[in-house]
This record gives sequence, C-alpha cells and structure tokens, in this order.
Amino acid sequence: MKKITTLIVAFAASAIVSSSTFAAGGSDVALDKVYMNMSDKASLQNGAKLFVNYCLSCHSAEYARYNRVAEDLEIPLHRLKENLMFTTEKEGDLMKTTMPAEDAKEWFGVTPPDLTLVARVRKPDWIYTYLRAFYRDDSSPSGWNNSLFENVAMPHAMYELQGVQKLMGKVDKSEQGALDAHAAQGSDDYTIVGDAKFELVHPGKMTPAEFDTAMADLTSFLTYLGEPAQLKRKTIGVYSIAFVILLMMLCYLLKKEYWRDVH
Amino acid sequence: MAIHRHDNHKSANGFMEWMDARMPVTKVWNEHLAEYIAPKNFNFWYYFGSLAILVLVIQLVTGIFLTMHYKPDAALAFASVEYIMRDVPYGWLVRYMHSTGASAFFVVVYLHMFRGVIYGSHREPREMVWLIGCVIFVALMAEAFMGYLLPWGNMSYWGAQVIISLFDVIPFVGPALTEWIRGDFVISDATLNRFFAFHVILLPLILVALVFLHLVALHHVGSNNPDGIDIYDELDEDGKPKDGIPFHPYYTVKDLVGVCGFLILYMGVIFFFPDFGGIFLEKDNFAPANPLQTPPDIVPLWYFTPFYSILRASTTTLLTFFAYSSVVIGIAAALFTKFKAPIRIGFVAAGVIAAIVFLNSSGKAWGVILMAAAIVCFFLLPWLDRSPVKSIRYRSLPFKIALAIFILAFFILGYLGMNAPTPIKTLLAQVCTCIYFAFFVLMPWFTSIGKTKPLPTRVTMKEEH
Repeated sequence: MKKITTLIVAFAASAIVSSSTFAAGGSDVALDKVYMNMSDKASLQNGAKLFVNYCLSCHSAEYARYNRVAEDLEIPLHRLKENLMFTTEKEGDLMKTTMPAEDAKEWFGVTPPDLTLVARVRKPDWIYTYLRAFYRDDSSPSGWNNSLFENVAMPHAMYELQGVQKLMGKVDKSEQGALDAHAAQGSDDYTIVGDAKFELVHPGKMTPAEFDTAMADLTSFLTYLGEPAQLKRKTIGVYSIAFVILLMMLCYLLKKEYWRDVH
Repeated sequence: MAIHRHDNHKSANGFMEWMDARMPVTKVWNEHLAEYIAPKNFNFWYYFGSLAILVLVIQLVTGIFLTMHYKPDAALAFASVEYIMRDVPYGWLVRYMHSTGASAFFVVVYLHMFRGVIYGSHREPREMVWLIGCVIFVALMAEAFMGYLLPWGNMSYWGAQVIISLFDVIPFVGPALTEWIRGDFVISDATLNRFFAFHVILLPLILVALVFLHLVALHHVGSNNPDGIDIYDELDEDGKPKDGIPFHPYYTVKDLVGVCGFLILYMGVIFFFPDFGGIFLEKDNFAPANPLQTPPDIVPLWYFTPFYSILRASTTTLLTFFAYSSVVIGIAAALFTKFKAPIRIGFVAAGVIAAIVFLNSSGKAWGVILMAAAIVCFFLLPWLDRSPVKSIRYRSLPFKIALAIFILAFFILGYLGMNAPTPIKTLLAQVCTCIYFAFFVLMPWFTSIGKTKPLPTRVTMKEEH
C-alpha cells in the first residue's frame, strides 16, 4: 500500500512539474533573463516614472489607481502629482490614457493593449526582452520593428534613451558561446537581445548597460502592477503558515491524549 | 456564588430539555457525532471526507464575499475581478482562497474517491453512499465549469465556447439545445448571467443537499475501514463493536490534525504560488474575453483534463480500431463461449453492426459519448467489482496491477489534456483511453481471479512503537 501511495505521489509531482514547465511556455523563443527585486522601492519608482512618461500616453493601466501605486511604492502624494500624474488631477483615479481608442486604432492599426496585467499574460522575461529589441526598419509603417514580436504595430517609444539599433541578424544557438566570450571582453560593437544581434547606429541618452537597468526597472514595475498584493502576500503567508504549524502541533498532542485509550 | 453556578447549570440543562422536547438536537448530535461509531483503524486516506466538507465551506464563505463585489455583466465582470484584487481590502486573499479552493476541492475529492476504490467503500451495503458521491462529483464539475466563466477572461470565454458546443453533436436537438444553454448564438452576456445564477445559487444548493444525503446514507450503513471488514461482526458484551469508537471526540480531534496539514499546503499555494505555474490560474485569463482572438491552445483546467483527453482522443483512427476490435470480440465470443448456435451467430452480427456504426459516425460525436461514458463508469463500480474481499490489503494481485495501470493512464490522460495535441500524444491518449475503459469493462473478470488473502476478524492497527 505504501508503495502505491509513493508511486501516485511521485506521478502527481512529476505531472505538475512537467506541466508547469510547459505552461510557462517551454517554447523555443529566446528570452533574456530579467533580474528583479520587488523590495527595491527605488527600482520600482524608476519603473513607474518610465511607465507614465513613455507608456501611459498610448497604453492605459485602467485597473490600477495612482494613489495605490504611490502608497505601495512609497511615493509622497505631492511628488506623485508633480511627476507622475499627467492625465488627471484626482489621485484616486484609474490610470487611463488620454489617447482616444478610435484615434489609436486609426494611427497604429490596433488599439494599444491595456498594460495593467501584461506581466501576468506575458512573462517578465518576455517584456524585458521585447522592450530592448526594437530596431530601425524603413519597410514598416512606423519605421520600427521588433525582433521578438515581428511586425508589431508599436513604434520604439524609448529610442531617445536607447538610441537607434540596426538588426545585424539572428544568432544561432551554436554561435552563442563565442558571442558570450566576445561580450565578456567588453566589446561594444554589437549587443545581443534575445536571439537577435544589433548594432547601435545612433547612441541614445543612456549607455546600453544603463538602458538594460532602466528596462529591468520598468519590467519590475509592470510585474508589480500585475499584482500589487504580491508585495505583502508572502509576508502574511509566512506568519499564517507558522501559526498553522504551531496549531498542528497542539492538535497532534490533543489527538494523542484523546487516543491514549484506543489500542 | 455556588448556588448561582448551580442555577446556571440547571438552566442550561433546562434549556436542552426544552429544546429536545421540540427539536431532536441531542438525538441528532448523538446519532451523528457523539454516538456514531466509526472503526478505530482509519488511516491517512480517511482525512479527505472531512476535508471535502471544509473546502465546501471555504468555497461557500469566500463565494459570498466575492459576490458582494463581483459584477455578472460582460462589460464589467473582468474589471470587477481586478477591483476585488486591488481595491477591496484583502479581496485578493478572498479571491485566491476561492480560486485555489476550486483546485483543492478536486484534489481532495479525487483522493476521497481513490480511497473508496482501494478499500472497497463502494461495495455492498454502501452502494448508495457511492452513487450519491458520484452525483456530487458531477455536480462539482458543473459548478467548477460555470464558475470558470465568471472572471470573463479569454480562456474562460473560449473554454465555455468549446465545451458548450459539444452538445451540438446530439442528433436533431443539438444546435437548438446549445442555443438554449447559452441564451444566445455565442457565449455572451446572457450566458454569463445565467452561469452566475447557477454557480452561486442552484449548484451550491444541490451540492449541500447531496452532501447531506451522502452523510445520511453513510451514517445509516456505517463507515467502511482500511481492512474492509464489518466491525459489527465482532461485538462486546454490551452489543457494541469491539473495534468501534465514537466519532466525537476521537475523529474530530484527529481530523483537526488533518485540517492543519491541509491548511499548510492550501495556504502555501495561496500565499506563494497563487496561479500555481499557470495551472490554477491560466495566463490567458489575465486578458479579458475577446470573441475575435482565440487562444493558441484551448485547454480546460487540470481537473477536467483526463476527460478532455478522452474527448480529443476520439479520432477516425480510434473509431477504426474500435470497429476492428468489435468484429474480433464478436467472433471470439462466438468461438469460445458455450451458448447455442443462434446466439453465437448473434455475437458475430452484433460485432459487425457495431463496426459499421463506428466506421460511419463522426469522431466528435464519439468523443462526447466516450467522455460521458468515462464518468458513467464510476457509477457502475459497485456492480463491476466482484472481488470476495473489499480492501486492497487482501485483494488478489490482478486487481492491484490493473489499478496501478489505470491510475497511470489517468495521470497520463490528465497530463496530455493540458498540452496541445501532437500525433504521438494523440496516439498515447488513445492507448490510455482504451486502458481507461478496459479497467471498467474487464473489472468483473480481474476482480474474480487470483488468490485473495484471508481476512482478519478484527481490524489491524498500526504497530505500537
């Protein structure tokens, strides 16, 4: 009987593990790993600043409220109003875009999607790679293209920060080792984003390393925005589970006491 | 002071006397808890019954709070769930308790059913307990399916679209029936409204009523135990079972330990992995329902996937296999049985007719039939199982092997149902579908062969340390 139980538990565990790998999108898309620290308030604040300055003019975050973001990210209300609120005066408002949806559809061909939950639909790694993968493409309507999301309607919103990239080609997995070695030598004649190799044609306000950090901040902010509760959920969880473990010990002792006369 | 206390005591007794004269409170308490005699050898597997009731209560209570903020309106539903997640104080906790609770319900119920199968709890005289339990399982699936539409995510929408359109295959009335279920030509606001009504009123009422009947039937026949023997066969001089103990306080305190163990795992998911890697909350459901954008792979939640795999396994290949098999079985029945000649010819004819039916019907229709049959099989279990003993501890080897293969096939089907089909995966699903049904069809045979172990007269307890 024990063997069967063990067998079943093992099967269940392996099924869950393997399916979660699949559910996580075990696809062949090459993504860069983003390093996020949800307790780094400065990083989240910087992400919020980038978000309202570069994203919110076209995209909305219509399930989130300004004052909640300010509270969670420890931004004083006057700073919030001065630096982060451009579309409304009421700090309790939802973070809506000023761009009318019909106009957006006419200009870009599609309505820019709401970004509140983008980090729960796409993985953070996807967002981080996508934001850095824009390149100049004169054949596209907007003049921009993206190596991760080909022919995306969105133009490069942050080219003034990153500069202008030119696509040099896709990187094969077999080349990866040689390229990593090359990058380790501190060479800056090209960058690799996902599986694409780029040349920086015009430098932007930021160096590639600074831009990567900024995009990691923005990705962290979007991840926070997808689920604000995550900032305190785990803390509550630790205390709650610790309590139940103690309770379980007491219940076990109680059970033992009651069952003393059962043989 | 002492007099005062004495008065209190007297008035409490007086109150119960007053009450018992008008309503059998003490009688019910005694019959179902304090004097309900349960075998003393319940093990780990016996936690899941009380845990199922716990999860039901969690779902009912969290459901009430969700209903206070949720809007069953196609234009507002998705945003109202995000409102619960963000603006309602601890709304995220209530929502995660409910979404994790749905999966926990199925985990607990599947383990509870498995317990029944391994210890023969479905066998005489507990057939009604088992049958009511099977109806609970079906009602639970309906409850989960309707609840899944309510967040109005894109996978909710398309999942409902796919499952409801299954009714299309019913001859003549199918299309009219699906339209009647949806209240529209597609999944729409009308569908959302009625699913909300079913999810929060109709099915919870049915579930609670069925759980009540499940317990009424159980307490009438008494609980089975891991040895599968009747504790009323061995009575003491007072006529009470030697191996029986009152449910309360023995099993109430024991179940508290089980409750804590369950809560640790349940809270672990809620606080640390609320979407459980996309298995409990799917990525596509974080985007609102979009009738113009079909998700790349439409998959149901994990607890439906074994049955969904059986549905998808039904292709022309499988039907062709069924057709050949029915001819072979017909001929074999004619050759190897000792009936009269006309009956044997009848076997061959039946095989050929079945083959013709299989070859001339659609895979989709058979998929629906097979999926329904897969659930109906559970209802038949008490009559398919012919073993002279109930518990796996004393059963013959063929049963143990068959059960192990069945459980393996069930897990593989569940796994395959979570993923997009490929030719090799479909073939595997077809093999597992055949194993699934073979387990039930062959059960009267493999439960009656092999050597069973002798039954003890008294239940066995874990060795004392």
